[in-house]
Amino acid sequence: MSRRTTPARRRPSTALTLAMGLMLLYALLPLVWLFMSSTKDTASLMNSFGLWFGDGFHLFGNIRDVLTYDDGIYLRWFGNTLLYAVVGAGGAAFVSTAAGYGLAKYRFRGRTALSALVLGAIAIPGTALAVPTYLLFSKAGIVDTPWAVLLPSLVSPFGVYLMRVYAAEAVPDTVLEAARIDGSGELRTFFTISLRMLAPGFVTVLLFALVATWNNYFLPLIVLSDPQWFPLTVGLNQWNALATGAAGSGVTTVNFYPLVVTGSLLAIVPLVVAFLFLQRFWQSGLAAGSVKE
Amino acid sequence: MSTSRTPLAPSPKPPPARRRPAGPARPTSRLGHGAYGYAFFAPFLAVFVIGVVAPLGYAAYLSFFQDRLIGGTVFVGLDNYRRALGDELFRAGLWRVLLFLLVQVPVMLGLALLAALAVDSGRLRRAGLFRIGIFVPYAVPAVVASLMWGYLYGDRFGLAGQLGDLLGIDVPDLLSANWMLASIGNVVTWEYVGYNMLILYAALRTVPEELYEAAEMDGAGEFRKAWSIKLPAVRPALALATVFSIIGTFQLFNEPNVMQTLAPGVISTSYTPNMYAYNLAFNGQQFNYSAAVAVVLGGVTAVVAYAVQVRSMRKEQGR
Repeated sequence: MSRRTTPARRRPSTALTLAMGLMLLYALLPLVWLFMSSTKDTASLMNSFGLWFGDGFHLFGNIRDVLTYDDGIYLRWFGNTLLYAVVGAGGAAFVSTAAGYGLAKYRFRGRTALSALVLGAIAIPGTALAVPTYLLFSKAGIVDTPWAVLLPSLVSPFGVYLMRVYAAEAVPDTVLEAARIDGSGELRTFFTISLRMLAPGFVTVLLFALVATWNNYFLPLIVLSDPQWFPLTVGLNQWNALATGAAGSGVTTVNFYPLVVTGSLLAIVPLVVAFLFLQRFWQSGLAAGSVKE
Repeated sequence: MSTSRTPLAPSPKPPPARRRPAGPARPTSRLGHGAYGYAFFAPFLAVFVIGVVAPLGYAAYLSFFQDRLIGGTVFVGLDNYRRALGDELFRAGLWRVLLFLLVQVPVMLGLALLAALAVDSGRLRRAGLFRIGIFVPYAVPAVVASLMWGYLYGDRFGLAGQLGDLLGIDVPDLLSANWMLASIGNVVTWEYVGYNMLILYAALRTVPEELYEAAEMDGAGEFRKAWSIKLPAVRPALALATVFSIIGTFQLFNEPNVMQTLAPGVISTSYTPNMYAYNLAFNGQQFNYSAAVAVVLGGVTAVVAYAVQVRSMRKEQGR
């Protein structure tokens, strides 16, 4: 949005705008389809053109069906997802910010090694850990509880890396010195002064962690078996299995399709809204963090 | 002591270094505060141990054992690893993701780079709209993206078929064995092209405007500027995006797992190595062997990702 990024002195190119328009279509058409499909009943879903409305407008009826099916299990899943996302992503952003700040602003023995550990940990494929995580957590007795999803969500090596780079730039040493001389303790300085300077980086990490936890599928699929604790992703795919008859019953439950489609639409709205609202913050954080090695 | 209160006089600012060595190698008057460094790092270390170190160690430990009908759990040394390396299903899955890696990742990153250059060029009307619009799919969960695209591909109420009818084209069955890998590749590309575009765009934004002006004065055209200024500027970010994409590709699970419900005959339980590890553990109860497969997979991923990283860094220094 900011002007300085796109110097106005250059002529706009129609050809370029058209080419990028194709890409925009590619990005957005499936979402248009999803919205259109959410306004249809089962019959229209099967028979009408995907990018336009069908017979009647059933969006609100579909939403009601989604929210009330099986005593409102969808709302329960929504709440679970919200819990995992808010606590998991919020915790991850906070933990990462503190760690990155510590690495950037204090000299202590082993700091270089810990920085290397963080960089190396970025390359550790999280999902390869899922099976042992399940086994370990089942030994510890926290499988099928929210903890099994929350604890691994708090780990964000990329967040630490980003915040280390960001903090090194955004929080001047002179400010910390001044705070010390004024008698402010290190923790108080962090919470009252540094955190404010770190805000764009924090929001960036928060949003990426939010996406990661909101979209998390593999880990909850493994560590949860009680539908009461499912996040939306696992629940939606279970509905899909019912719709396609893959759930084992052998019976195709065609009426489930509007549920899956409308439930999917409702599941993506919060994140899209969060991104649109916070874009100014996270884009500046990304700019500062993503480019330096 | 009190002199340090007045550092705000207009001190000569160092020129904006374009590439600074990593890490905070700045004035080091932190003596006596070092313990706080540990304190700030400690929470991360705790969750890192619980979420990464312990499972990793446990996986390694498990992979050396086997459950036998007679004798219970016995130590078998590297037997599970030997089995994994010779396992046709595992190898087929690895080849499949490797093929995916060689095709999908360059396509996705190429598109992302073109989009980033276009958005950064200043020659696009409503550039901000394009930026956010192309990025939006990143906010869609992989499960929802796979469901959506799976329905779009499908013959039940698929948009692909409808558009084909409209245009008079015979659209192939995108959920068939021949097309499945490409269909999954499209879903992954759709999800991440905007994300990678933003990473690259952020890198482009750090190029100081004077550099372009100087180049223009030297008579450089748009392509010359893109080649000589912009590409070098995005190289580190491109390397990072490549490494992330490699890791993601080897871990491919969500998309094929969801598609499996839509095309059960086409996607086997060992379609990708990660699906194989999952099914070994949770449908086959072969936890020890599954752990070995996960460790091998993690090892292969780390080696490839590391090799790419080193190679791109060498290129960087060679310039």
